[in-house]
Amino acid sequence: MGPPIDVSIALVALAPFLAAVMAPIVQRFVGSAAGWILAVIPASIFLFLASFIEPVTHGEVVRASLSWVPIQQLSLSFLIDGLSLMFAMTISGIGTLIIIYAGAYLAGHEHQGRFLGFMMAFMGAMLGLVLADNMLALFTFWELTSVSSFMLIGFDHYRQAARRAATQALVITNFGGLALLFGAVLMHQLSGSWDMSAIRVGDLQLDAHPLYGLVLALFLIAAFTKSAQFPLHFWLPNAMEAPTPVSAFLHSATMVQAGVYLLARMSPVLGGTDMWTVLLMSFGGVTLLWGAFAALKQTDLKQMLAQTTIASLGLLVMLIGYGNEAAIAAMVVYFIAHAFYKAGFFMLAGVIDHEAGTREITALGGLARAMPVSFVAAVLAGIAMVGLPLTVAYLAKEEMYLALQYGGWNLVATVTMVLGNALLGAVGIAVAVKPFLGPKVETPKHAHEGPLGLIAGPAILGIAGVAVALPTDWFGHDVMVPAASAILGEQIESHLTLALNFTSPLLWLSIATWLLALGAFLVLSRARSALRRIDDTVGYSFDAAFDVFMFGLIRGAGALTRFLHHGRLEIYLVVVFTGMALALLVPLFSMNGLEALMPPEALGDWRAVISWPDLTSYEWVVVSIAVIGLVALVVAQNRLVAILSLGVQGVAVAMLFLLFGAPDLSFTQFMVEILSVVILTLVMTRLRLDERDHRPFEDALRDGTIALLCGFGVAATLMTIIAGNFDSSLADFFLETSVPIAHGHNIVNVILVDYRGFDTLGEIAVVMTAGLAILALIRGRRSVAGTTITPPRDPANSEGVKG
Amino acid sequence: MDYAIAALIGLFITVGVYFLLSRSVIRMLLGVSVFGNAVNLLIFVGGRLTREVPPIVPPDLYQAEGAVANPLPQALVLTAIVIGFAMFSFLLVLAFRAYQSLDADNTDNMRLAEPVGGCRPPLSY
Repeated sequence: MGPPIDVSIALVALAPFLAAVMAPIVQRFVGSAAGWILAVIPASIFLFLASFIEPVTHGEVVRASLSWVPIQQLSLSFLIDGLSLMFAMTISGIGTLIIIYAGAYLAGHEHQGRFLGFMMAFMGAMLGLVLADNMLALFTFWELTSVSSFMLIGFDHYRQAARRAATQALVITNFGGLALLFGAVLMHQLSGSWDMSAIRVGDLQLDAHPLYGLVLALFLIAAFTKSAQFPLHFWLPNAMEAPTPVSAFLHSATMVQAGVYLLARMSPVLGGTDMWTVLLMSFGGVTLLWGAFAALKQTDLKQMLAQTTIASLGLLVMLIGYGNEAAIAAMVVYFIAHAFYKAGFFMLAGVIDHEAGTREITALGGLARAMPVSFVAAVLAGIAMVGLPLTVAYLAKEEMYLALQYGGWNLVATVTMVLGNALLGAVGIAVAVKPFLGPKVETPKHAHEGPLGLIAGPAILGIAGVAVALPTDWFGHDVMVPAASAILGEQIESHLTLALNFTSPLLWLSIATWLLALGAFLVLSRARSALRRIDDTVGYSFDAAFDVFMFGLIRGAGALTRFLHHGRLEIYLVVVFTGMALALLVPLFSMNGLEALMPPEALGDWRAVISWPDLTSYEWVVVSIAVIGLVALVVAQNRLVAILSLGVQGVAVAMLFLLFGAPDLSFTQFMVEILSVVILTLVMTRLRLDERDHRPFEDALRDGTIALLCGFGVAATLMTIIAGNFDSSLADFFLETSVPIAHGHNIVNVILVDYRGFDTLGEIAVVMTAGLAILALIRGRRSVAGTTITPPRDPANSEGVKG
Repeated sequence: MDYAIAALIGLFITVGVYFLLSRSVIRMLLGVSVFGNAVNLLIFVGGRLTREVPPIVPPDLYQAEGAVANPLPQALVLTAIVIGFAMFSFLLVLAFRAYQSLDADNTDNMRLAEPVGGCRPPLSY
């Protein structure tokens, strides 16, 4: 037996991350053969997952749980059922081919190791996403796919278009990620569980809950942004700025399917309502037609494929929204078929680009002789995209039309699906046939067949698109049924068949689709110019709207920053001290602090409240000295008087310390004040400053008001503190233990050097730092101005003061 | 007696804040000094006042007898005075250097780091 099932399932999600760290190192040692070596990891994950087909077919659900944040009852729980197994095997299977492909595609690129690392990290995130049962884990992996997608789209970061596409994808998918987080938290609040499996089987009647609409909207935003549904679809075509392996992997078969996965996962909880059906079918239907028509407009192979990906995602969303048994079965089969042919097509587009030097479909032709294997793979992918018999895609299409039959041939849905499928088929024929047949067109590079690493992927996927469908019973029973049952929450039967039944309306609908596809292919170039003319007349695109939005955001942020961060120190301080006054006064009034000081019933008789303070005569003298010092400071007419007044108030403070039993404080304060006065006198007399305070009257009024409010607030707060009870336990502790355990009779000194020794160490460090900073300032000045000044006394000297 | 000192602290704070709100750096420095004194007194009075009996245990005794001053605020304030002075010295030299380099004592004229109008964010990707 290998490691326990918990650990090995977690490893499925974590191993690619470890490989991501290793990828650059591997690449450095073996060069572009790194693709073949690193592909071992997804390949072994694929084989490991294949061992679960057997139990999952029998309706088993494999769970694994690792403790994550035990205090919050959070665990990193994984779950393998038919749905997650299908996704995980698609990811790891296609991932294997893509990693091999990427090794050959970017051979000799200076950052190939980094690229492979990002790809592996993405694969880990994606596997974690589909295997996670915990919604927070799902969210974490969801965001990780967005981040790795950002890194991969912006891989050619020296191009502005790549940076823009990466930012756009990140902004849009992260917006959806936030919605997912809110939705997950809300779902947790309603159901009491973070585990999606527990929520599915729980007795949560969400569709009757008043918050159902909000939860649904949040999850739909998450899914629609990730799966590029109209009107948030525009990031996906721009993501084609990424190197082709990324487009083949992330933006066709896996990452963009995360939204579809989420919808399928949540359909037992959120689905089955009218709102669900209408929203999904309308957004999916519009996306299907929008993407299909947009694909006709393009001439770049990757752009054509990207637009059809949008269309296919719309189709999948539409099927989930339809929600009947056949629709879900069709969604499962179509997902697999699409992954096969779309990833294959993207890789072929990369091969053509790599070998012929262009991706413009109008500049390509007659490559079949030079690239025979690619041609065969393209034809296989093409017949799958059209949905001809003997392919997985044919099964998918039959199942789709069966769903329409179950749904009573809803006219809008039928027309949308047939038209969408036909247009996708037309693009499929164009991509498969146009570059390879017809007259030979001169290409920028002399075309020849790509190396094994490049053509292995498309060839295998093209064959798989047919080979998997041939054992129809096995495919239906072992692949489609477990996944569809997991989505529906009940066991269903497979009725997939490759046999052609000419009495069935389904087949005639399929034949109509094929004929339409052929027709659309034949008028493709005329349709393209017509559609482009329409585009030119409209002159507006969602893509441009994104720029307007982003720049508006940046301008708004700039304006807000300039408003808050205006650079006028005086205003900053006004804000700070107004805040201080409010913080002091608001609690004082709102929490009855003033009534405690001055009971309202005693207000009439102020003599009872305010008595003459019981200060001794010499204490009165010291207080008066302080007041005189402060007043003299304010009214001082020249700077020497001001400095002396500063000294006077400082000395008064020192005397207060002395009178109230603090000789150490008093001594230190005397020293500090004397030094301050001396240094200030030395420095200030060197400056040619305005003698007086020249603030305008309104400023003086404003500052004076704020200052008075602050002063009143502090005094009143302190009085309420004094009026309260005093907890002397700390003071008593020091008084009692100073001699017995610290062997010191001067308790203040004992506290400083013993009980709070580290604090004193910190204090000395501060003083030293200030001294060093002063030294640096003075040195710096010397080297600049070449003159000398008398350095102020080193404040570190004051250490001696404390004894 | 505590109330009278509390009122005095209010006066200290008022003068300190008033000076800190000035635009002249040197006057702000005076404000820092006064404000620091006010806060030190605040902590001191917060621990309650006791007249004339310092927290010192007589040499032949194990514990102080009778009411003595609260030692804890004294220890805190002692640290604060020293740090306050270090800070004051640093600010003084900084103000002096700023005056020499920028030829300005008025904070309105010190806009080297934050120029008037602020900077505009780049509008591109």
